[in-house]
Amino acid sequence: MENNSSLWSDAYRRLIQNKAAMIGGIVLVVLILCAIFAPLIAPYSYSYQDLNLGASKPSWDHLLGTDVMGRDLLSRILYGARISLMVGFVATSVALVIGVSWGIVAGYFGGRIDSVMMRIVDVLYGLPFIIFIILLMVIFGRNLWLLFGAIGAVEWLTMARIVRGQVIGLKNQEFVLAAQAMGVSNFMMFRKHLFPNILGPIAVYATLTIPQVMLLESFLSFLGLGIQPPMSSWGTLIKDGVESMEEYSWLLIYPGLTFTITLFALNFFGDGLRDALDPKTSSD
Amino acid sequence: MNKTSFSLLFLLVFLTSCGNNVSPVDSGLENQIFHFGNGSEPQGLDPHIVTGVPEHHILIALCEGLTSSNPKGGAALPGMAESWSISDDGKTYTFNINKDARWSNGDKVTADDFVWSWNRVLTPSLGSQYTDMLYYVEGAKDFYDGNIDDFSQVGVKAINDNTLEVVLNNPTPFFLGLLSHYSTWPVHKDTVLKHGTIDDRNGQWTRPGNFVCNGPMQLKSWELNNKIVVEKNPFYWDAQTVKLNEIHFYPVTNIMTEDRMFRAGQLHSTYTVPAQKCPVYIEEENPNLSITPYMGTYFYRTNTLNPALKDAKVRKALAYSINREQIVKKVSQCGQLPAFSFTPPGANGYEPETEIPYDLDLARELLAEAGFPNGEGFPVLEILFNTSEDHRKIALAVQQMWQSALGINVELVNMDWKVYLSRESSGDFQISRAGWIGDYEDPNTFLDLMMPDRGNNKTGWANLEYAKLVNKANQTLDQDERYALFRQAEKILIDELPIIPIYTYVRPIQLSPDVKGWDSNYLDHHHPKYIYLERD
Amino acid sequence: MLLIFLKRVLAAIPVLIIVASLTFFLVRLAPGGPFDSDRAVSDEVLINLQEAYNLNAPLSEQYFDYMSGVIVGDFGPSFRYPGRGVSEMIFTGLPVTLELALYSILIAVLVGIFSGVLAALKRNTLLDFIPMAIAMIGICVPTFLMGPLLVLIFGINLEILPVSGWGNLPGDKLLPSITLGFAYAAYIARLSRGGMLEILGQDFIRTARAKGLSERVVVTKHAMQGGLIPVVSFLGPAVAGLLAGSFVVETIFQIPGLGRFYVEAAFNRDYTMILGTTIFFSSMIVFFNLLSDMAVMFLNPRARD
Repeated sequence: MENNSSLWSDAYRRLIQNKAAMIGGIVLVVLILCAIFAPLIAPYSYSYQDLNLGASKPSWDHLLGTDVMGRDLLSRILYGARISLMVGFVATSVALVIGVSWGIVAGYFGGRIDSVMMRIVDVLYGLPFIIFIILLMVIFGRNLWLLFGAIGAVEWLTMARIVRGQVIGLKNQEFVLAAQAMGVSNFMMFRKHLFPNILGPIAVYATLTIPQVMLLESFLSFLGLGIQPPMSSWGTLIKDGVESMEEYSWLLIYPGLTFTITLFALNFFGDGLRDALDPKTSSD
Repeated sequence: MNKTSFSLLFLLVFLTSCGNNVSPVDSGLENQIFHFGNGSEPQGLDPHIVTGVPEHHILIALCEGLTSSNPKGGAALPGMAESWSISDDGKTYTFNINKDARWSNGDKVTADDFVWSWNRVLTPSLGSQYTDMLYYVEGAKDFYDGNIDDFSQVGVKAINDNTLEVVLNNPTPFFLGLLSHYSTWPVHKDTVLKHGTIDDRNGQWTRPGNFVCNGPMQLKSWELNNKIVVEKNPFYWDAQTVKLNEIHFYPVTNIMTEDRMFRAGQLHSTYTVPAQKCPVYIEEENPNLSITPYMGTYFYRTNTLNPALKDAKVRKALAYSINREQIVKKVSQCGQLPAFSFTPPGANGYEPETEIPYDLDLARELLAEAGFPNGEGFPVLEILFNTSEDHRKIALAVQQMWQSALGINVELVNMDWKVYLSRESSGDFQISRAGWIGDYEDPNTFLDLMMPDRGNNKTGWANLEYAKLVNKANQTLDQDERYALFRQAEKILIDELPIIPIYTYVRPIQLSPDVKGWDSNYLDHHHPKYIYLERD
Repeated sequence: MLLIFLKRVLAAIPVLIIVASLTFFLVRLAPGGPFDSDRAVSDEVLINLQEAYNLNAPLSEQYFDYMSGVIVGDFGPSFRYPGRGVSEMIFTGLPVTLELALYSILIAVLVGIFSGVLAALKRNTLLDFIPMAIAMIGICVPTFLMGPLLVLIFGINLEILPVSGWGNLPGDKLLPSITLGFAYAAYIARLSRGGMLEILGQDFIRTARAKGLSERVVVTKHAMQGGLIPVVSFLGPAVAGLLAGSFVVETIFQIPGLGRFYVEAAFNRDYTMILGTTIFFSSMIVFFNLLSDMAVMFLNPRARD
C-alpha cells in the first residue's frame, strides 16, 4: 500500500520549490483577499453613478478611471473579483462533487452500471448548453447561485470522465485487490483507498477548471445571459471594455489585465500542483 | 522547420497582398452598387407575413403599394395609384392604377391584384400579424373573424382593371399614409399560387428565381445570414428615374462589427451607431455621422393594475423625478430628444401641448400624498427590460434617480427578448421598458396604442374619456379639429401617465458622403429610386 | 476494431433519441413562444399562427409527428423564417462553420504541435518559455477580446485584411480562423509539450539515441507517435467545442455559420431550428468523440479497454 504521508510531504516540497507555481499561488491569495475585503478597500460603491462625469481617464480621484456612467473602475474590478472568483470556485465545487462521485461509482463498479452512467454523460454532453442555461435563468429567475449551479452542472461531465479513467486504472492495482480480499466495504474502499489516490489529479483538474469556468461566464456575459446589472463580473467588464476599446482604452486594459493575470496564476499553480504530485511529468 | 516557417510566411504575405485596396464603397461608386447595413437577417420577403424594420428596407426596394412615402415627409406620393379621389364623407376612395405599372415579369398591375392581395392578408390561416391595418376597410374584420364568408362583401372592389374602389368604416384621415406600409402592398397572384396556396406561409414564391413584385428592384440572390442582392427592375413604371444598379443588404447583427465595416469602406450606410461612438463622432464632427429625427418614443410602461402603481400620483412622482436631459446627454448620447408627450412632436404637423416637469420636490410631495412619504412602505419596484446595453444603461440611470430622489428601492430585471415579451403581455411586470415606432405619419399611430383593450396597450389602463376623444378625432375630417381633439386626449394621457415617456428617437447612422438623394424623413423610408452614388 | 466501431455507433442512436426528446420538451418549457413579438397580436391571430405550425395540437401528438419526421430526415419548417426548412438552413450554415473549424483546427494543430514539440526539445530555454507564454495568453484571453483586437490592428489600422465576412472579400477568412484557432493552438502546444516530455523521458528513446539515430528520426519516428496521443485525445471534444464556440467568432466577423443560426434560434424560440441543430450537433459530438477514441486506440494499443 502506498504511503500517503510521505507522498504528500514530497509533493509539498516540490511545490514550494516551483517558483512559477508559488508566484501564482501568492497572486491568487492576494486576489482572494481583495475580493473578500472588497467592501472595505473599494473607494466607491460598484453602482454609484456620476453621470455628469461620464468616462474619465485614471486620476487621483479614480485611480483606474471611470466608465461611461461615471462608475469607478477600481471598485468595479474589486467587486467583480468577488463574482468571478465565486463563479470559479462555486461552479467548480459543484462540478467536483457531482463529477467525482459519479466517476468513482462508474469506474469502480464497472459493467452495466458504468455503461448506463457513462451513456447518461454522453446524453448530457449533447444537450444544447445555451438552451439549458436560458431555461434555468428563466424558470427559476436570475439567481446568482443558480448561474453557478448551471455552469457547474455542465463542467462535471468532463470531471466524471477523468475520475472514472483514474479509478479504472487504480482498480486493478494490488492494494485494491488486497483490500477487497480483506472484505472492506465499498464505502470504506472509496474513502480510504480510492479517493486519496485520485486526489492529485482531481486537485489539478479542479484548478484548471476554474479558469475554464471563468471564461465560460464571460462568454455568457457576451451573450447577455450572465450577471444582472448593476453587479458585474470581470467578464462583463471586459465585454464592455471591448466595445469602447478605442475611445476609453483603460476600460479594457485594467479588467483585461486583471482577468489574464488571475488565469495565469491559476494555470501556473495548477501546473505546479500537477508537477508536484506526479514528478514524472514535471517540467523543471 | 525552416521550410515550414518560410512557406507559412509566404502564405501570409500572399493572402494579405491579395486583398487589393479597392474597397466595396469605391467599386460601388463606379457600378452604382449600394452596400446597405441592415441590422438583422429578414424573417422573409413576403410583405404579408413579415413584421420588422430590416424587412421594410428590403421590401421598399422590391415592391410598391398604392401610395409611396414622400422622401421629404408629409403627404403620401403616388405609387401604384397615379391619382385618387375621396368622397365627401371621407369613406370612399377611388384609386386610378397607373397604366404603366408592371410586375417584374412584365405583367400589368391591375386593381384586382389589390383585391386578391388584401384577401390574402385577411385570410386567417396565413397568420399575418398586421391584419389590423386593413380593419379600417368595411367588412374586413368581419371577414377575418369568419362572420362573412364572401370576400366580395368586403369594401375593396376592382371597378375595372385600372380602378380600385375602397370603402372604409369611418373617414380615416391617415388612410393614405397607412397604404405606404408593406402589409397593404400587392403580391403577384400567379407567382404565389404557382409555388403554394394563397395561405401557405411556407410557400416558395419568395425564392430568388421565383420572386415577382412591382418595385424598382428585383431579387437577384439571397444567401441566408450573409447577403441579399437586388438589381434594377426594367419593368418598374418609373425605371428611368432609378439610377442604382444593385443594392447589397448585409444582415450585420453585431453593431461594433458594423461600425468597423463602415470604417473599412465595406458599407455605404449602417443600420445604427454604437452608443459609445456617438459622442466621439459628434465631438470630432465626423462628416459621416447622420442623426435625423425619427417617429418613435422610448418609454416605460407601468402596470396600472399593480397595487403600488394604481395611483396616478405615484406614476407622476416617478415621471417627474427622471432627469431626461441627463439621460439623453449622458446615457444615450446620440442626439435623442427628451420626450414630454407620447406622440413625437411634429408628426405631420401635430404638436402636442403636454408637459412633464423635472421637479424633485413636487415628485416627493406626490409620493407622500399617495401614502408613501419618503418612500416608506413602498414595495421594491422592478424595471423589466430585454437584454441590451442601451436599455441597461438607461435602466441603471433611472434606478439611481428614483432611489436617490424618492427613497424607494428599485431592482433591475434583465430578461432575454422572448421572455420579456411574454412577461409584458401577461402583465407580469411593474415597470417595463418599451419603444414604439409609428407605422404611418399621424398621431393616431401612437394614441391608438393606449385605447382600452388594445393588444399593444399592456398597461391595463382604460380611460373612457380618452377613448371617446380619439374615436371622435378619427371621425373628423378637418385636420385642425382633429388635432385639437388629439391634443385633448394626449393631455389626459400625460395627466394619468400609464406610460412614462423618456425620449424621442433619432436615427443615428453612418452614411458615406458618396450617397446622394438620401432625404431624411420622420418614418425613415428611403425609396431606392431617389438614391444614387456620386463622389464630389 | 470494426466491431467496436459498430457497437459504439449503435449505442449512439438511443443517445441521440434521448437528446432530441429532452430538448423537445425543454424548449417548450421556456417562457416566450416563437410568435411573441414587439407588436402584440390579438388572440385570434396568434391562434391562427400557431395553427399553421400545428402548435395547438396536444403535445404528445406534436412529439410523435416531429420524431417520425426526424427519422426520415425531415426536420420540419423553421418557425422564425417562413418558407425555410430547418434542413435547408442547417445545410446552408454547416459548410461555412465546418470550413471555419477546419482552418482553425489546421492552424491550431500546425502551430500548436510545432511550438509544443519545439518547446519540449529545447526545454527550459527561451524557445521553451516564449511559445509557452504565448500559449498561456491564448488560453487566458477570451475570443471576444482577441477577435476585435486583431480586427482593430489588421483591419482598421493597418488596413490589410477585411473586417468581416466569409468569402465576400479576399483574405476575409484569415482573421476569423486565427482568432478561433489561437486558443486551441495554445492548448495543443501545452498538450504536445507535455506528451513529448513524457515520451522523451522513456527508456526506448534513450535506446534509440544510444543506437546513434539522428535526432530528427528519434523525434518524428519514435517520439511523436506516442507523444501526441494527448493531442489526438483532445481533438475529439475540441472539434465538438469548436462547432459551438464558433458562435462568438461568427458574430464578431459576421460569418453566416451554423453557430450563429443556433444561438439566434434559441433566442427566437424557433423550436424546430433548435431541435434540428441540437440533433445535428449531438451527432457531430458523438461522432468526433468516437473518432478520437478510435484514433487513440489505434495509436496506443494499451488503451483498448
